[in-house]
Amino acid sequence: MAAGPMKMRATLAGSYTDVRVLMTHPMETGQRKDAEGKLVPLHFIQNLTVKVNGRTVIEGQTSQAVSRNPVFSFRLRGGAKGDKIEVSWLDNQGETNSTETAVA
Amino acid sequence: MIRFAILAASLLPLSLAAQDTKKEIERYQQMIGEGSPAELWEMEGEALWKKPQGPKNVSLEKCDLGLGAGKVAGAYAQLPRWFKDTDKVQDLESRLLTCMTALQGRSLKDATARLFGSTDRPSEMEYLVAYVVGQSRGHKMAVPVRHPKEKISYELGKKIFFYRAGNWDFSCASCHGEADKRIRMQDLPVLSAPAGAQKAYTSWPAYRVSTSQLKTMQWRLNDCYRQMRFPEPDFASEVTIALTHYIAVTANGAPYRGPGTKR
Amino acid sequence: MNPLRRALLGVAAALLLKPFAALAAWHKEAFGAKSAPDALKSLGVANAAPSQDVVIEAPQIAENGAVVPVEITSNVKGTTSILVLIDKNPFPLVGKFDFAEGALPFIKVNLKMGETSDVRVLAEAGGKHYFATREIKVTIGGCGG
Repeated sequence: MAAGPMKMRATLAGSYTDVRVLMTHPMETGQRKDAEGKLVPLHFIQNLTVKVNGRTVIEGQTSQAVSRNPVFSFRLRGGAKGDKIEVSWLDNQGETNSTETAVA
Repeated sequence: MIRFAILAASLLPLSLAAQDTKKEIERYQQMIGEGSPAELWEMEGEALWKKPQGPKNVSLEKCDLGLGAGKVAGAYAQLPRWFKDTDKVQDLESRLLTCMTALQGRSLKDATARLFGSTDRPSEMEYLVAYVVGQSRGHKMAVPVRHPKEKISYELGKKIFFYRAGNWDFSCASCHGEADKRIRMQDLPVLSAPAGAQKAYTSWPAYRVSTSQLKTMQWRLNDCYRQMRFPEPDFASEVTIALTHYIAVTANGAPYRGPGTKR
Repeated sequence: MNPLRRALLGVAAALLLKPFAALAAWHKEAFGAKSAPDALKSLGVANAAPSQDVVIEAPQIAENGAVVPVEITSNVKGTTSILVLIDKNPFPLVGKFDFAEGALPFIKVNLKMGETSDVRVLAEAGGKHYFATREIKVTIGGCGG
């Protein structure tokens, strides 16, 4: 199943770069029942990686208690226009997605 | 006198608490709006808008939303309005149905297959609405009441707003016609006056965090009717369009704020 | 093709396709812990000191527990890691974020809360832990929105 859209913006904010990333992900807790009354299996993002110009600067581990369609904000030290920011995720079912943007 | 002072003093913390509650809720609303999944619905909607579909295998890119074929920017801020090709006043959802059937050649059955989405079954209509309304972000509300049919629609909407019926003898005004009302923790805006209408109308459609879905104005009205214990209105019925028209016109002058994010 | 070679090629292909998957770690024990103290113990956290330098920005009231916005800043010098827990959630540990030189110890995230609870944040700096808590009330909303 192809992962849903991901959107990110990275903007200079004085001494740091503000990064906001939106992800499409069900973040299922394994407790929800679907329309037919069946339990929807656990399906959530476990790992997040934030890279600046190819170098990893943040590694996150998350649980199913992060909201559906997660929105994360990070702050990077300094930063310059055109810096390449990449955010990728990996979930408990082995699915991944990533997005890249240049600092504006 | 002292007794009165003590009574007044004891009531003060209650009113302060109510003020704090309101402020904290506004803070919650502001924080969830900063970076909203609604933007993802807009992205999906744009892709669907440009996707050739139906027997005629065309996209919706030539759809006329009131400002001319294919012009999307600012269109939502001027809907509902009268359309020459259908000789009807139409809101966004009914206009999208017109374009899906006329331009793409799809059957009404196909176009209305899933109007209100759920977690497991998303709605094409909701994605398209998100995209179109997002393109009116910042545009001033300027819904017309010029054409004779627009005048009839506006007046009908106003009449319905105050019309009591259904099992509970409710009208829209029962909840939205008087200041300082609330249901549990939610303040109820007065929709029959500009201030309330502007605040409410310019933040719908909205991504509702409680359902993780983007819900449209048609859905909002449908759900209000459900809550009033009325029979379910037909999707994009004359009544729902008239009501939308009335509230939208009352909101005129305020900038449309694009898809909102709500609880 | 020789079965061993096929198996090795399969593994190599899997690694190439999902290099991230092969390398990422996820602390199953800590995330599976049913109390905040157990989760922290599992992560080897002992003697966390309360600190005003661990800042939690969040509304005091959440209209809906499905999305509770929480913004965390650690002003503790040399912070390398931030832990986020929701004391009353069935599995309290919700996030662990490690920061390298290029990132500020800051995170804003939307969390699910089952009920009114303390949000507990720990910052790790120089091998020591510092924490702060913040209560967030979760309400059941009214009809509309």
